[in-house]
Amino acid sequence: MTLALSGKDITKKIEKKFPGCVAEAAAESLLVKGEALSEVAAYLKNTPGLDFDYLTAVSGVDYLDYFEVVYHLTSIKHNHSLVLKARCYNRENPALPSVVSLWRTADFQEREIYDLLGISFTGHPNLKRIALWDGFEGHPLRKDFL
Amino acid sequence: MTTQTREVVVNTEPFVVNFGPAHPSTHGVFRMRMTLDGEVIVDMEPVFGYLHRGIEKLAEERTYTQVIPLTDRLDYLASMNNNLAYCLAVEKLAGIAVPERAEYIRVIIAELQRIASHLCAVGFFLNDCGAFMTPVLYMLRERERILDLFDMVCGQRLTYNYMRVGGVSQDFPDEFIPAVAKFIGEMPGWLDEYERLLKENEILLARAKGVGILPRDLAINIGASGPVLRASGVPWDIRKADPYSIYDRFEFDVPVGLAGDCYDRYRVRVEEMRQSLRILRQAIKDLPGGEVRSQVPHLIRPPAGEAYGHLEGPRGELGFYLVSDGSIAPYRFHVRAPTFINLTALSDMMRGWKVADAIIVFGSIDICMGEVDR
Repeated sequence: MTLALSGKDITKKIEKKFPGCVAEAAAESLLVKGEALSEVAAYLKNTPGLDFDYLTAVSGVDYLDYFEVVYHLTSIKHNHSLVLKARCYNRENPALPSVVSLWRTADFQEREIYDLLGISFTGHPNLKRIALWDGFEGHPLRKDFL
Repeated sequence: MTTQTREVVVNTEPFVVNFGPAHPSTHGVFRMRMTLDGEVIVDMEPVFGYLHRGIEKLAEERTYTQVIPLTDRLDYLASMNNNLAYCLAVEKLAGIAVPERAEYIRVIIAELQRIASHLCAVGFFLNDCGAFMTPVLYMLRERERILDLFDMVCGQRLTYNYMRVGGVSQDFPDEFIPAVAKFIGEMPGWLDEYERLLKENEILLARAKGVGILPRDLAINIGASGPVLRASGVPWDIRKADPYSIYDRFEFDVPVGLAGDCYDRYRVRVEEMRQSLRILRQAIKDLPGGEVRSQVPHLIRPPAGEAYGHLEGPRGELGFYLVSDGSIAPYRFHVRAPTFINLTALSDMMRGWKVADAIIVFGSIDICMGEVDR
């Protein structure tokens, strides 16, 4: 069984290294501040014992008050998993740091979120629409699209 | 006599070729924007989205049960697995239990579907290699047998809509189990027949061995899954790593490749078919009686929250991320489509190979555009 790590346990480790970057720690997930996402992600990937070498899925959700991007992380080495989240509150110009330099899995998935939800990922090497054509106006998966 | 030598300077410059979107080898509508230097691929950019139907948006306006037929239309060569992955996610979200018999039925159906899908994958891969139409027709003949079995249980041959939240839509008819037993008895002979013709076929070895190598570390970093990941030497199978349904009760092996080339991906798929037959034999033997569906209300209202349900589909890890706001329709429905993510590796696998190899490398991923574009 893949062991789902608790966000609270991981928080203790992260807070020592990067104080104040965790916004909310729940049993199933870990919410970090957007600006700290890159550092925390790199820490989760490269720390021995955590070794989150496999980014399973990246999903974006529009909660109207904010956008949430959910990273399902897995370690193939240790067979455990973690749900990492980040939010952006700016509806006009939502942006988060890209994790493509850590996990290339994120390449198409971040483009998909950019395309359908309009969140831009700073540092993405090729951020453009993926499912819809370039001239399309709006982002269909936003709750206020229709 | 003096000889004169004259230096001839040939300047080549890279040029761009659009391969697709409509091309017989692209398995759907898919465009590869290749930068070529002569015949050698310098770079390749995949362009897709031609089949985008907005399934994720459509799902937000349907009830949880009404979403099941939409999942059929994702990976239409493995609809049963899509149905199952979605039902697993909803069951996780709403905390719904599944009766014992339904769990066995799901395993039997899912493994039959894996064989059917791998038959297509292997057949069309050989087609791409140049063994035009003969192997694929044999494999479609066997796939047809499985489709007949599915026809028997749900009356459909492609988009089944068979799984339900909390079980399956109906029980097996009486003639089903004998028919499956007959199929399981005959299939190994057919697999041996293909193997005799193809395993050490010189043309196949020359065209596929060592071509389109995906190294182990890159495969993990790129998030590859399914046969593509396992051919690169990572024994990662969700059925073993994170057993869902009742997969922890069955004995089976996870075939892995060593080189991570096109030939290994082909071999892994053939071996997986044998393992699926092994699971089927055990499941049919142990199939218990009882209900096939638990009591689930027509309009499912899962508590507000989120769940990620995943399974090992024929093409890799198929996952559904669902967010509920407590209403009758999912607030967010996101598909982690395996071939969509496996495509990330395509440009790395193709770089440095010739145009003729591009078709084989692309075929070896076993792509389904319905799932990529959604």
